[in-house]
Amino acid sequence: MSTITSRGAPPRVPSVTEPAPPAAPAGRLRRRLTDNLTAYGFLCAALVCFALFSWYPIVRGVLLSFQQVNFVSDPVWVGWENFETLFADPLFLTAWRNTLLFTGLALVVGFAIPFAVAVVLNELRHAKAFFRMVVYLPVMLPPVVVAILWKWFYDPGPGLFNSLLRSVGLPPLAWLNSTDTSMLSLVLVATWASMGSATLIYLAALATIPGELYEAAELDGATVWQRLRHVTVPQTRFVLLVMMLMQIIATMQVFTEPYVMTGGGPEDSTVTVLLLLYRYAFTYNDFGTASAMSLLLFVFLGGFSALYLRLTRTRS
Amino acid sequence: MATRTLLSPWTLERPHGKIGYWLVFVVVFALFTLAFVVPLVWMLLGAMKTAPELARNPPTLLPERLNVDSYVDAWSFMELAGYFRNTVVVAGGAWLLQLAVIVPAAYALSKLRPVLGKWIMGLMLATLMLPASALLVPTYLTITDVPVVGVNLINEPAAIWLPAAANAFNLYLLKRFFDQIPTELLDAARIDGAGSVTTMVRIVLPLSRPILAVVSIFAIVAAWKDFIWPLLVLQDPGIQTLSVALQRFEPDTPINLMLAGLVLASLPMVVAFLIFQRQILAGLTAGSLKG
Repeated sequence: MSTITSRGAPPRVPSVTEPAPPAAPAGRLRRRLTDNLTAYGFLCAALVCFALFSWYPIVRGVLLSFQQVNFVSDPVWVGWENFETLFADPLFLTAWRNTLLFTGLALVVGFAIPFAVAVVLNELRHAKAFFRMVVYLPVMLPPVVVAILWKWFYDPGPGLFNSLLRSVGLPPLAWLNSTDTSMLSLVLVATWASMGSATLIYLAALATIPGELYEAAELDGATVWQRLRHVTVPQTRFVLLVMMLMQIIATMQVFTEPYVMTGGGPEDSTVTVLLLLYRYAFTYNDFGTASAMSLLLFVFLGGFSALYLRLTRTRS
Repeated sequence: MATRTLLSPWTLERPHGKIGYWLVFVVVFALFTLAFVVPLVWMLLGAMKTAPELARNPPTLLPERLNVDSYVDAWSFMELAGYFRNTVVVAGGAWLLQLAVIVPAAYALSKLRPVLGKWIMGLMLATLMLPASALLVPTYLTITDVPVVGVNLINEPAAIWLPAAANAFNLYLLKRFFDQIPTELLDAARIDGAGSVTTMVRIVLPLSRPILAVVSIFAIVAAWKDFIWPLLVLQDPGIQTLSVALQRFEPDTPINLMLAGLVLASLPMVVAFLIFQRQILAGLTAGSLKG
């Protein structure tokens, strides 16, 4: 592969800052100017797209949080009223509790499983391609397809899961239809659909651990478990941390699964922050309150995102 | 030349180790089949059963009669051809526009280094700090009335294309790749009389094929899988993407047709994955570990 050859032979040419013999100051200035003009010519499309659909909405989102908006009249400043509306809505607290429960369960199920799977797969010497392929296949399916498919699997009557449970003599579960299991059911779908990427990223990280470390640990009498704890985990600590942050940020924004599979029910047990935000904006047309909610979500996740960006950028 | 992992090759050579290894292998193989193959096969089989057969409890293992009627019926019942076309237009346009916008930008930031270039890159990267959903409402309102030009893009594919072009992550991936191309190469081209556009198209882009492939895959897969944004901005059924349409049809479509629809909507991505598996998996690790 091309990356390997270029890494193998780094260009040893002494870097030349001025390719041409010292030009007259006026010529250099003109060149600087044309370079800048060309550069901004190349940049202008990106600047327009970012300005209109990224930077402007960021500023507008903050402003909207303190405004009342409808499509008829101009926006009105309302101070903290949108936030008061939110705090007075009993569903607001429910939505945060549900979302934190989702994120927490996803960390327990979705964070531990891919790592354990990757550690085991890394030891297997057969059917490697098969394992990698099937674990990643669900990642390629559109999330809506996965959600509708699993809704059918969860069917309490002839659904796949209860049929499997019955066939091994276990009592069937209510899955999405009970407040006890609805959130867990959503976590299972989300984990199934996304664990392929995490598993393969961990596998790539495990492959970079030098074999000598394991050898030395084994010579010192370390058991498999000790080698796992004192070699594997510390060597992949960075990737584990980054993946955990990424997962927290992603799962706090869960929307498709509850929207398609439960609509927030039963008894609001799967109303998530984003689902409630969606309802405020597109069912009640209250864009101000929805923006206030986005702002709160941003403040909550901003710390995680900043840490994530810092970690990944300092490392590379 | 397998490198040494957690277990030493010797342990696996011993009789005890060999038995243990194959035991673990069989268990893992069975679990993987159960977890990842069975659900997909169950979907394929389900799409071949009739609606009354699907309602039966306990379910039949294999369809009573092999037939593909559901696929044909689903295709016409849900008018899938139109939604496929819409999805291709949306994903293809998002991909092409994104490349057209971020490739020159990344090249300028990496090689032409304009005044304020560092600041611009910083402001672009700062957008990654925001959870995407925090921008849903203000971006939606912007789409309904784009500033300066004052047009409403709701129900236009551009409502998806334009925000997709402002992708800081892919731009950063490209810029970092361009950074590694030696400046001497570009200076040589310049001395030979090549302008910036020629240098980018003839020298930088051919060298950047691997990263262009990664960015393209990211852009297309993201557009094909996206749900919440198309749900918001493509309200007219005539222009909706597959994901949005399937979700809308779900409550009142017979389950066998629905399953056939799900299979059909998944096929393009699954086939693409089987063909480009190596690139996709390489891009996954390149993008996430170092990005």
